[in-house]
Amino acid sequence: MHIPDGFLNVATMATTAVVSAGGVGNAVRIANKKLGEKQVPLMGVLAAFIFAAQMLNFPIVGGTSGHLIGAALAAILLGPWAAVLIMSCVLIAQCLIFQDGGLLALGANIFNMGIVASFSGYYLYRLVSLLLGDNRRGKLVGGFVAAWGSVFLAAIVCAIELAVSGASPIKVVLPAMAGFHALIGIGEGLITGAVLSFVLATRADLLQLQRI
Amino acid sequence: MKSKWWLIGLAVCLLVACLSPLASSSPDGLERVAEDKGFIDLGQEAPFQIIADYVFPGIENEAVATILAGLIGTLILFGVAYGLAWLLVLRKKELT
Repeated sequence: MHIPDGFLNVATMATTAVVSAGGVGNAVRIANKKLGEKQVPLMGVLAAFIFAAQMLNFPIVGGTSGHLIGAALAAILLGPWAAVLIMSCVLIAQCLIFQDGGLLALGANIFNMGIVASFSGYYLYRLVSLLLGDNRRGKLVGGFVAAWGSVFLAAIVCAIELAVSGASPIKVVLPAMAGFHALIGIGEGLITGAVLSFVLATRADLLQLQRI
Repeated sequence: MKSKWWLIGLAVCLLVACLSPLASSSPDGLERVAEDKGFIDLGQEAPFQIIADYVFPGIENEAVATILAGLIGTLILFGVAYGLAWLLVLRKKELT
């Protein structure tokens, strides 16, 4: 879902850039206060994993593919503000080094896949854990729902940005983006659930860290 | 070995990066929508290219070039996020 340059108009790019800069600044401030030594290697491993996993496009229907975003996974393990930091690292590196996602659209990409996906994923996970209880089932179902919802919401926000920019009318681009990403979200949910179940089996204590 | 669990984690990430040539080359959700709805041509090329499209330049074998790009990116991301987090912990409360 990396938006290239040219899809968005100046107003949309400027607005999302300002909001994202504020969000990342706030994430730095909060992480500076709350981040502990235990979380440092996990930040590195999660950023590395999300980058590597984002390269693995999986096919969905009709000659279309999708890949993990990873914001929900990061938010579940470390909290939404830490997830914003991790996603920003990944998206900035992808933009500057790998030419994936436009330079001018970086703010929008951080907003969609960093901020929107992290926070929606985090609160959906909390909600499902509350409903199903703090057990294995609650965590895995919560992880799936959070991951699916984070992709779906990020796609809807992306569609709104495209429509506001005049790339395509909202009644055309919104259902198309929502439709494809409802399917891609299933992949995101399965990968997130698999990683959570792996973490539960090997390092369950990582799910007890303070969320940032 | 328990304190070095993240080394195993990083090894798993590098292994995942080695699978990258198996990835589907079909357009992703956004590209597909842009093609279907006729705004793909609005897209502009990046003003500079370093390891564009996850293919390391100058290597003939595309699978090798992709794996190399994946390994480099994975190590960079580990280093950057680890370093950032380490700085934030080290300089606790200095920013506030």
